[in-house]
Amino acid sequence: MDNFNYHRPSKPADAAKAMKKAKDGKFMSGGMTLLPTMKQGLASPTDIIDLGGLKNSGVTAAAAKVVVKAGTVHADVASDKGVKKAIPALAKLASGIGDPHVRNRGTIGGSIANNDPAADYPAAVVGLGATVQTSARKIPGDKFFTGMFETALKSDEIVSAVEFPVPKRAAYVKFPNPASRYAMVGVMVAELKDGSVRVAVTGAGPKVFRVPEMEKALQAKFSADAIAGIQVKAKGLNSDIHASPEYRAHLVNVLARRAVAAAK
Amino acid sequence: MTKVPVQFTLNGREQNEFVDSGSTLLAALRDKLGLYGTKAGCHQGTCGACTVIIDGSPQLSCLTLAERCAGKSVTTLEGLTGNGALHPLQQAFMEGFAAQCGFCTPGMILAAKSLLDRNPSPSRDDVIDAISGNICRCTGYDPIINAILTAAEQLRGARKSA
Repeated sequence: MDNFNYHRPSKPADAAKAMKKAKDGKFMSGGMTLLPTMKQGLASPTDIIDLGGLKNSGVTAAAAKVVVKAGTVHADVASDKGVKKAIPALAKLASGIGDPHVRNRGTIGGSIANNDPAADYPAAVVGLGATVQTSARKIPGDKFFTGMFETALKSDEIVSAVEFPVPKRAAYVKFPNPASRYAMVGVMVAELKDGSVRVAVTGAGPKVFRVPEMEKALQAKFSADAIAGIQVKAKGLNSDIHASPEYRAHLVNVLARRAVAAAK
Repeated sequence: MTKVPVQFTLNGREQNEFVDSGSTLLAALRDKLGLYGTKAGCHQGTCGACTVIIDGSPQLSCLTLAERCAGKSVTTLEGLTGNGALHPLQQAFMEGFAAQCGFCTPGMILAAKSLLDRNPSPSRDDVIDAISGNICRCTGYDPIINAILTAAEQLRGARKSA
């Protein structure tokens, strides 16, 4: 790991200031991705601005929406009674990220800002129709993830919270890589309170994407059979030593059906 | 490299150290304080050998900047042994042959301790989940799981008789 200047601001405005001053600064939340990336020599920021000092963590769960502050660790979302009751699919998703040690440190804000194509949270943000609150504005979940490891965030903009509307029913099912537990494919299916249905897929493509054909079929009839014949195209999907694009395309259908069956 | 002061609690005792800015807790424990119970494995948060307990939960010291530990409470393997007596987990690992090469053992024991502190009566699946971030390259998982369950039983008994 190369040397860097370490900053630990206690206010978002100071964090933004430190970022502006830095030659090549990086915000760090839990550090569960940034630090390994730096140790591998894949990133070498001049400055790390640790957002832990903002003490911006906690969950508020109400009947209409669940608000998760950006610094909330996965373990806290997974075990929160309010989340378990309001959006059990979200608690379950958080409980399956990485391993316990990672869940004790990794945060929702860090996860979505990093936008790893195989991360779980992007499927929740898009699949549940969430809104991302930042230090400057509110960004609809559909517009937040712009490309592989790319988001709509400006360089000095910080995620402050994610607001999830409570759905009628939802489920997240993933096929984890057995070593890393990153999603080879993960599918969030949700029927929202307005009757609309969302199907969001992570791990399969360069970034999270929706499957409009499945959404339409499920809106007509919310059953696994309704989407049995709907396949996503393999072209453009991720390919690595773990799975071919064809296999990932196949998994999207299988996992989407399982999610529909499990939705509650 | 800039030296920065860090004040934290280590194994129940107040600790004041000057650490290199940007260095890890793992480096501080091993290279500075000479506490070699915490193992340096992959350095990337994959193997779990460097697991310590920070403010009650198992975390990876190789991915923890030392400066971030200011005001926190850190427990390492060295903090488990009181008055020369082994902790029930250590005893159970020894008696159950749960350590082969021993490299993953400290991380396993601390992940297990954190589980038992929160849940004195874990199921086998709870134990498997709790140590799922700790890799044993000797693949001696069964004796490890059994040792943790045995220690849990002994700790429950000790609590009852206390």
